[in-house]
Amino acid sequence: MTESALKAESRKISDEGLDKGVEKLTPAKIEQVINSVLANETGARLKVYADTCVHCGLCSEACHFFLSNDRDPSFSPAGKVKQTLWEILKNKGSVSPAFIRRAAEVASTECNLCRRCAMYCPFGIDIAYLMLVIRRICHKLGVMPQYIQTTAHSHSATLNQMWVKEDEWIDSLMWQEDEAREEIPTLRIPLEKEGADIFYSVIGPEPKFRAQLIYQAAVIMNAAGLNWTMPATPGWDNSDMCMYTGDNEMMGRLKKAHFETAMRLKVKRIVMGECGHAFRSIYDMGNRWLSWKMPPIPVTHAIEFYHELLREGKIKIAKKYDKAVTLHDPCNIVRGKGLHEMSRYVVNQTCENLIEMHPNREHNFCCSAGGGVINCGPPFRNKRVEGNKVKAEQLFVAKTKGAKVVIAPCHNCHGGLEDIIHHYGLNMELKFLGDIIYECMEKK
Amino acid sequence: MHTLYNLVSGPLVWLSFLIFIGGSVFRITTMIRLAKEKDTAVFEYMNFYYASRSIVHWIVPFGSENMKKHPAMTVVTFAFHICLICLPLFVFAHVILWKESWNISWWYLSDSVADLMTLTVIGSCIFFLVRRLTVPEVKYLTSNSDFVILALVAAPFVTGFWAYHQLPAYRLMGILHILSGEIMLAAIPFTRLSHALFFLFTRGYMGSEFGAVKNAKDW
Ligand code: SF4
Ligand code: SF4
Ligand code: SF4
Repeated sequence: MTESALKAESRKISDEGLDKGVEKLTPAKIEQVINSVLANETGARLKVYADTCVHCGLCSEACHFFLSNDRDPSFSPAGKVKQTLWEILKNKGSVSPAFIRRAAEVASTECNLCRRCAMYCPFGIDIAYLMLVIRRICHKLGVMPQYIQTTAHSHSATLNQMWVKEDEWIDSLMWQEDEAREEIPTLRIPLEKEGADIFYSVIGPEPKFRAQLIYQAAVIMNAAGLNWTMPATPGWDNSDMCMYTGDNEMMGRLKKAHFETAMRLKVKRIVMGECGHAFRSIYDMGNRWLSWKMPPIPVTHAIEFYHELLREGKIKIAKKYDKAVTLHDPCNIVRGKGLHEMSRYVVNQTCENLIEMHPNREHNFCCSAGGGVINCGPPFRNKRVEGNKVKAEQLFVAKTKGAKVVIAPCHNCHGGLEDIIHHYGLNMELKFLGDIIYECMEKK
Repeated sequence: MHTLYNLVSGPLVWLSFLIFIGGSVFRITTMIRLAKEKDTAVFEYMNFYYASRSIVHWIVPFGSENMKKHPAMTVVTFAFHICLICLPLFVFAHVILWKESWNISWWYLSDSVADLMTLTVIGSCIFFLVRRLTVPEVKYLTSNSDFVILALVAAPFVTGFWAYHQLPAYRLMGILHILSGEIMLAAIPFTRLSHALFFLFTRGYMGSEFGAVKNAKDW
């Protein structure tokens, strides 16, 4: 066994979804599934990426996993392709169940699909895409980490990520409306308002764990005097773990429900909360699966939305946030939509002092939670957090320059950064842009 | 020796050009056809402006962040590729051959410059070899075929240098020079050397995705 094979063995983590999943596999089944995915669902991109890679390793330093694990080559972007796709192509799909287990672990828990490496490979080889192909194969083979698969099941059963029932959803909104009316008696969270300008959508965990974000959004909408609504039916959740488990059919169903709900309400656009992966699903991947080149209805991410409100003077800042802040750039809306200057505008309008982390903007390091990795749950937590020492170092430098608060305008990033801050004892506060705006704005 | 010379300098030249050109056209057209069938996104999102914007950043030395992080690699890579492409086209002995066979001619390099460029290619190949053997993340990705390809690329230059300087057995080296050049040319479409053919497409596509859809830079 080579040294890195030994290392890979020693970092083997037990997970029911993977362990039980591979027990059911036979070599014939593996071969059949792989070859059907390769023949029917992939084409020139995959072939050209496999043939063009010159094995130069220049993508390595793009990856936080590689940098954080003492430059272990098996964590380098092309190293992940070597352990998965190259072997599969070389063996024409005839690989062992143990191989599939490892491939599933590499693709689902050691890559955040953050696409940083595509900016470091001279050929622009899209490793994230290749990892998604591996996930697709693993999905079809029924080998997926248990936690994220459970979330995907929730999407299938309820069209939301958190098993939120229809009445619970409506209850949560009414509860937040009630709470907010204590502060602002005229405030409403308009449900099912046909013809509203804005359809506000959130991710499943908001009503479940972070309901105050809905409260804050309502206060912002109210202060800006906007004509907005939220649906009372499924289709309200813009999140999408199925996109990350390789369950493309479900990804399509979710986005279809989301778009159709917005269309049923005849709104002008969808404004979504501070989430990165949901944006990717709506703007990049889900729409494509449904054959929409661009989303069928305009989509505005929270950062763009806040930027618009501040620039047009729709909301006013009473007093700027006075603790020094640093800003995390979420991959899915920075490399995914170039919103980094807008987020800086929002921060500069609302905060006294922004301390930058380096590298930043398109070159940011991922939080290591994205791409569904945090959703693979506790078994993979340590690997994820230890796999992002570089982010901890970045945060630490910002802290030594005085930053007390980290702003992360993405739900997944929040989860990931929270773990990093805790694990490395950084003792920094974590906030959404919405938290800051809510705290500093004129509410009436 | 003489018949061998006639063979490599006659029919095999034709054959290698045929394989190179035919093979390249074949590879590119099959990929385009396959992409039309299976990766419609590639055509939907390909955008001339953003593709070019990205390509320009990646063909200019130090045009990308990553190149700045690896200055030695960047200098060597650019010097290597420039010499690799220019030498066969502009070395005096080759220009003469074109003149003799087709009566066409163009500008050529002085012998000392050509010599220096040849040494640059050979030196670069040694650099790549050492990198493959010593840098762990490169070593990890390396398979035997990578060494074969490296040898394939270095061979025409080593033998050319040898023959030109009339070192021992230079006649044989001359033949090997022609032969190895032919093999390299013919190998381009069918090995990882095809990165030369696909660079514009892969980079252009990523540039388009980043630029036109994702509103971001990719360098
Ligand atoms: S985590 Fe990001 S940089 Fe690392 S391999 Fe995956 S996409 Fe590339
Ligand atoms: S940088 Fe690109 S070509 Fe080089 S090893 Fe990585 S993926 Fe392959
Ligand atoms: S969680 Fe945040 S940093 Fe990580 S991939 Fe998603 S957007 Fe990027």
